[in-house]
Parts: sequence; structure tokens; C-alpha cells
Amino acid sequence: MELVFEIEGGDFTSAGNASSKIKKVLKQLNIDSKTIKRIVIAVYEAEVNIVAHAKKGILKASIGSHFIEVKLTDKGPGIEDVEKAMEAGFSTASKQVREMGFGAGMGLPNIKKNVDELDIISEMGKGTLVKFKNYF
Amino acid sequence: MKVSDLVEKFNLIVFSGNNGLENEISGGYVSDLLSDVMGNAGEGEVWITLQTHQNVMAVASLKDLAAVILVKGFEPETETLNKSNEEGIPILGTRWGTFETVGKLYNFLQED
Repeated sequence: MELVFEIEGGDFTSAGNASSKIKKVLKQLNIDSKTIKRIVIAVYEAEVNIVAHAKKGILKASIGSHFIEVKLTDKGPGIEDVEKAMEAGFSTASKQVREMGFGAGMGLPNIKKNVDELDIISEMGKGTLVKFKNYF
Repeated sequence: MKVSDLVEKFNLIVFSGNNGLENEISGGYVSDLLSDVMGNAGEGEVWITLQTHQNVMAVASLKDLAAVILVKGFEPETETLNKSNEEGIPILGTRWGTFETVGKLYNFLQED
């Protein structure tokens, strides 16, 4: 099964749509709730990252019998130093985004903590690919 | 303990999500950082915060929280109210600051 979502940069009203839908689908598939909780955290954080940083992006979730793979591709500024971005507390978010309670530098660490496999490929001035996979 | 027990005991304002007043409470979580709540709050907890925008409800729903309590007289934005009603997760309010709110709630939940 494949689910595809378009994500608009700056549109905080729709942040959470993809994670909410994916949560519902996984529940229907009777995936155990601990696994769903981990995936939902990762998907939500990845969605918010696109809304907060990029112009737009696409999220594709492939659900197999024993795994879910989520790929997010965005057109955005790119991440200058991926290793640094993975550090808890490091953020380049705007003041406005921080005032909403985002941009605390917890997003990527939250993703890392809750997925089984994670790849981030980024090109400055072009965009970022975030890909992660969880096994059931 | 149910959300309605908290409302009654502390005379909290019920802004929305009346259909979730019977939600069972497993504990509480306090934070104004959404990623912190996303990463660390537990199912059935009451979330105490001063954030009022609709992403609060997105997080509350994704985490299956029992209710949200806004401190210091803050009121939810309209979209936040709508989402709370849709999800059946009440948004409650109090005049107290976070410190007082959490102190009272903590003791009350410990008694349960």
C-alpha cells in the first residue's frame, strides 16, 4: 500500500495530516500500538520540518506486511551540516516558528530515536530527502 | 479518574471537546515545546501548556491525550476549538499559572 501527501511550506494548519492518516491506516492493519506510536512521532516531526523550513514537499509512505517506509522529499534550503542538525537543541528555525513551540532542535533527534533505519541526503539550495523505515 | 473529575474539583473552564469529558486520565505532562510533548507525553495524559494554536490539537490527537489545560487565562484559537470538538479531546482553562496548576493537579492525581 502506498500513501502520498503533498506538504506546503509554511502551512502549519495541515501539519499532522499525514501522520494522522498513517496512524489510522496502521491501526486498521492491527499493527501493535507501541510501533504505531514510534512511527507517528517520526512522521509528524518530518512533516513539521518541511512546513517550518521548506517551500514544499512530498511524503510517500509504503506499507508492507512487515515494515513501513516513509520518504520525504522537499524543495528547500537544504541542511548545511546534517550531523549538527541531528544534535539535540540545534535549530535554524525562525523566531515565529519557535514562538509556536516548534524549532527547539528536537525534531530530528525525535525521528532518530523512533525509527529503525534513517537516511538523510541534503543539497544546499535545492532540498532534502529524509527516508526512514520501521519494522513490525 | 476522568477529565470531568478535574473540571469539577478545580472549577476549570471547558472551552470545547465536551464529548471527551469522560476520557480517563493516566497522568500529566507539562511543556510548551510541541516536539517535547510529541516525543515524551504518554497516552491518556493531561497536557498543561500556554500554547493555543491548532497544532496543539494535532499533537494531542496523535498522542491520544485525555485533555489539554491552558494556563494563565489563555484561550484557544477558533481552529483549535473546532479540532478539539472533532477529536473529542477537551480543552480546559484556568486563571492559575503553570506552577500552581501543576502542583494542585499532581497532588489530586496522586490521591486517586
